[in-house]
Amino acid sequence: MRWDSWSQFWAMGGYAVYVWGSVGVTAALMAVEVWQAGAARRAVLTQLRAEQAVAQLPVEELM
Amino acid sequence: MTTSRTSINWFYYAAPQTFYGLAAKLWPWCAALGTLLGLAGLWLGFAVAPTDFQQGEGYRIIFVHVPASWMSMVIYLAMAFWSVLGLTFNTRLAGMMTRALAPTGALFAFLSLWTGALWGKPMWGAWWVWDARLTSELILFFLYLGYIALTSAIDDTRRSDRAGALIAIVGAINVPIIYFSVKWWNTLHQGASVSVTQAPSMAQIMLWSMLLMALAFWAYTVALVLYRVRTLILQRESHTAWVQALPEVANTTGAAA
Repeated sequence: MRWDSWSQFWAMGGYAVYVWGSVGVTAALMAVEVWQAGAARRAVLTQLRAEQAVAQLPVEELM
Repeated sequence: MTTSRTSINWFYYAAPQTFYGLAAKLWPWCAALGTLLGLAGLWLGFAVAPTDFQQGEGYRIIFVHVPASWMSMVIYLAMAFWSVLGLTFNTRLAGMMTRALAPTGALFAFLSLWTGALWGKPMWGAWWVWDARLTSELILFFLYLGYIALTSAIDDTRRSDRAGALIAIVGAINVPIIYFSVKWWNTLHQGASVSVTQAPSMAQIMLWSMLLMALAFWAYTVALVLYRVRTLILQRESHTAWVQALPEVANTTGAAA
């Protein structure tokens, strides 16, 4: 282990803004991308189920 | 299924229906592998790797910057590869793969520029310079945005895939330009940290952390692209009987969730 304390770790030898700005934005954007991919799949599945539900309705209910 | 014992029938797996099931089995493994490699890489890079004698702790940006930059180039080449397949064999999967790759490629191109700016400021004293490496990477980012904008502007999927394939193939010329820019021109950007012909110019432990992070980003990309291509298959094949019969779609109770 290279660090004596957590505060030393977070300080990154004075480069905290640059190092954590890089790591943080990378992690945040990856999380957004993963969430977005999940949301896109859920949206498509919801639509497909809705279309199928309409297709299964008896004809008189569509009149 | 397969035509001979020694070779795999790739066209069998290129059928959207088969690939949908195959991708479902593969992506969780890639996601798990990516998470493990990423944790190992972060541990090595941020807890074990020594301080750099020139750049202090600031050099640790390399563990995200280099893998993100590599992936931004690899993904574009992958898009060009699928585009060539799509134009030659006219398989439906190729266009979907190209499209599934683009958002992740754009993300990594952006992260390459972002982490590069955050590294350039303390080391060079500038967020940005119009140097060959930086400029060609910016062009790569714009190529991704151009691909996404063009393909989403054309409603007809077949035409949209073909137009996108052209951008992907023509734009691929930019990738070797990015890669060799530090050799061909005098740039502020440093030369390659890892090269195929020479011993790497970095300490072993730093190199391993960087390679682990690169493999983690690679696994992340594969997992996400497989996941995203399944959504595209559902969308494009929604009229088919096999999609209608899928357990996640079929709804016997009659109520839409």
